[in-house]
Amino acid sequence: MKDLLTVEDLSIGFGLGTSVVQNVSFSLKPGGTLALVGESGSGKTITCRAILRILPKAAQLRSGRVVLNGRDGERVLSTMTEKQMRGVRGDSVSMIFQEPMRSLSPLHRIGNQISEVLWLHRGASESQAKKKVLATFERVGFPDPERAYRAYPFELSGGMRQRAMIAMAMVSEPELLIADEPTTALDVTTQAQVLGLIRELQADTGMALILVTHDLGVVANMAKDVVVMHKGRVMEAGPAEPVLMSPAHPYTKKLIAAAPAIPEPEGGAVAEPPPVVDPILMLKDVSKTYLIRGGIGAEVIVPACQHVSITLPRGKTLAIVGESGSGKSTAARIALGAEPPDEGGEVLFTPDPGGETIAVHAMDRTQRTLLQKRAQMVFQDPYSSLSPRMRIIDALTEPLEIHNIGTRSERKDRAVQMLQQVGLGPEMLMRYPHAFSGGQRQRLSIARALTLDPALLVCDEPTSALDVSVQEQILTLLEDIRDRMGLSYLFISHDLAVVSRIADEVAVMRRGLIVEQATPDQLFNNPVHPYTKALIAARPEPDISRPIDLALVSQGAGSPESWPEQFRLTDTVIPALTSLSPGHKVRCHV
Amino acid sequence: MGLLKYAVYRFATMVLTLLVVSVLVFAIINLPPGDYLSNQIAELRATGQQSGIAKAEFLRKEFALDRPLWEQYMIWMGFMPGPHGFSGLIQGNFGWSFEFDRPVAEIVGDTLWLTVLVNVAAVLFVYIVALPLGILAAARSKTWVDYTSAFVGYLGLATPNFLLALILFHYGNKYLGLPIGGLMDPSYEGQPMTWGKVQSIIGHMIVPTFVIGTSGAAAMMQRLRANLLDELSKPYVETAIAKGMSERRMLVKYPLRMAFNPFVADIGNLLPAMVSGSVLVSVVMGLQTIGPALLIALKSQDLFLTGFILMFVALLTLIGTMISDVLLVLLDPRIRYEGRDI
Repeated sequence: MKDLLTVEDLSIGFGLGTSVVQNVSFSLKPGGTLALVGESGSGKTITCRAILRILPKAAQLRSGRVVLNGRDGERVLSTMTEKQMRGVRGDSVSMIFQEPMRSLSPLHRIGNQISEVLWLHRGASESQAKKKVLATFERVGFPDPERAYRAYPFELSGGMRQRAMIAMAMVSEPELLIADEPTTALDVTTQAQVLGLIRELQADTGMALILVTHDLGVVANMAKDVVVMHKGRVMEAGPAEPVLMSPAHPYTKKLIAAAPAIPEPEGGAVAEPPPVVDPILMLKDVSKTYLIRGGIGAEVIVPACQHVSITLPRGKTLAIVGESGSGKSTAARIALGAEPPDEGGEVLFTPDPGGETIAVHAMDRTQRTLLQKRAQMVFQDPYSSLSPRMRIIDALTEPLEIHNIGTRSERKDRAVQMLQQVGLGPEMLMRYPHAFSGGQRQRLSIARALTLDPALLVCDEPTSALDVSVQEQILTLLEDIRDRMGLSYLFISHDLAVVSRIADEVAVMRRGLIVEQATPDQLFNNPVHPYTKALIAARPEPDISRPIDLALVSQGAGSPESWPEQFRLTDTVIPALTSLSPGHKVRCHV
Repeated sequence: MGLLKYAVYRFATMVLTLLVVSVLVFAIINLPPGDYLSNQIAELRATGQQSGIAKAEFLRKEFALDRPLWEQYMIWMGFMPGPHGFSGLIQGNFGWSFEFDRPVAEIVGDTLWLTVLVNVAAVLFVYIVALPLGILAAARSKTWVDYTSAFVGYLGLATPNFLLALILFHYGNKYLGLPIGGLMDPSYEGQPMTWGKVQSIIGHMIVPTFVIGTSGAAAMMQRLRANLLDELSKPYVETAIAKGMSERRMLVKYPLRMAFNPFVADIGNLLPAMVSGSVLVSVVMGLQTIGPALLIALKSQDLFLTGFILMFVALLTLIGTMISDVLLVLLDPRIRYEGRDI
């Protein structure tokens, strides 16, 4: 069989610099699936965009040939004119992007934006296009295609928008679909469903797929062939199974080793957690209801957090896991006193063993200062949480200045000490944040949080903006610091694998409620709640023999009204959080 | 949610705002000690003209200036009967100008609509010039097109308006035969509308429109360019290109539409800025707009004339913001449909 797409010796560079993509070659059979894998900066995105020549203005195609050999005969994409290229884009080859939230114009109806493909390439009339688009909508799983056709993007959830993007790419029945991190911005259960959809569509239509991703789990679930890229070069290429199961190149080995995994079920006795004697943080029956003013006049009551009670023992890590909108961040904000809980909720913080206990939402001035010193936060995005206009030394000594601690030279010593704690050298003090990589920046954020000698760190998705190999290092650092400095963590994450590694106890949240709470051992060996099961099942594993079980995912991740009787949540009936075994609580009717 | 409901709601808030503005205007005019008549009486006393004093005292009574301030306000607005019953702004009586010794309505009469005309023309000029230039500058950013338009724009911003007025009058007259000064040929003043008068007004408006509009157009153009550049780096632009759209079609359909919002929202700000900003220009160019009258009225503490003009400018502003608010709702479904169930 002929190859559908051949990329030969592709090199791309910016300005006078060295090429960011160097001599990359690969090919793809009709109906095949190729994954381009690599960390940020590996050149995988530029490579896939070069196929359709959707590149930044400054990028130069330095060498190479891209040939598409499909239904319209052999076409050399790399030498076509811009006008000829327009006939290929969206017709034979279409593309979907990473951020479904921002990849559709917010001011135009979904139907209009998708029909446009047919107007452009098929000269279809409005009604012809609409018919075809409605059929495609039905195919990609919109419950009410007519309604989706009329909707604006902001009226749809992230998963639905990505379905709309997929519909846009599919409506012209392309021979090749290029998907650039299509599920990275989605929740894990949504990701599983979208990946399942792409696979089905591929089986139906026989189109080929190029999947650009950093997630080896996604690769294992989707791809037949893999190209591993690093710093613009191909490190290893070949069929998925040998590359993933017995990688030859050290870089591939490193990538696979770094991918966080949920531990294998071991069976046997599960350790019981010891009773809590010295809690550092307690949330008692914390609820938070927001009143959202929608449009003009309409008001919607949103329960962001309902009856959350958690206890964090000193020196331990408690993780709250959930998808976006589950209420995990709201709980964290309330724990830090950034927002008051609804009436009846209480947050207690005991910074020192046997010391004073602070009721976080009824503090006097000295207690507030104490809380601000002893409870610190590490944020998700290290790129925006450091001021680009402040030198590292200023960022690190600022907390000390605010609290009036030490002299200038003492503060500087403290900053150096903190840098060493996080594995950076004192020579970095005078630099600005832009000189650091994502991982280094997250280390700096941690160092800054540590300068005031806190007892509690609230980590809000501290690794989700980082590459896998860097993620691994940051988790090791956090564990190391916790044990060395006797810290306690409240850890917010959507990633069960990350949590399974660092947490002593995990609370799974959905719709503002804790649905299951247990030690990681109990949770992964014996998940009880359908939602927990879905979360575990939805995580793509970098292991070809363990594909995602879509049935399990869709059952648990669906609406809480559709859960089995025992667990069902409705507006009026909320089962209680019931203790099944010591330390293992599930929200269900017994 | 109905657009009509929103428009009604917006109109109601506008009326309320106007009421608050009227209180403020009246209070501010009365802040400086004395008023036109007491100043005049003092002056007449000093020169010993008893008959004049009697007339001034009569006027004080006639216009209720001897009453407490809040009563004066109520009478001025027409909420309370004055010496001649209910006769205030809401009844259509704009008051008396002491400086000109004529009713306010008579003084501002023609200038009102000429003001509206000149400023609406200037606003249109701003939009017609800024829209294409802004798009061009953004689409060809960092090329000579962009740099040239930015240079000309900054020049427009930096040149004092009255200087520009004089230069344009001089050269416009020399090379194009454009008239100098005024908004119509003096022979038409006070005459009923005829085709000749219309032509004369159009001819006279060219230079003032240009002068009043340039700086606004320059600022607007830069803003549109910046907005568009922001939009051009958004992912949905990439989506449109990946669909196979041509750059021009894509630019007009998607980013421009997005960049239009701030553009529309500016209508409200543009009107008052132009009315107050064009006072000096109007004086220099001898335009029969409301600006020069406002200047005289303020200088001589001519209570009712000042009050009326300020209220008129406030009304223009509020109408401008209302128009832009309603247009925004029409343009942006996110405002229109927020909170709609799907």
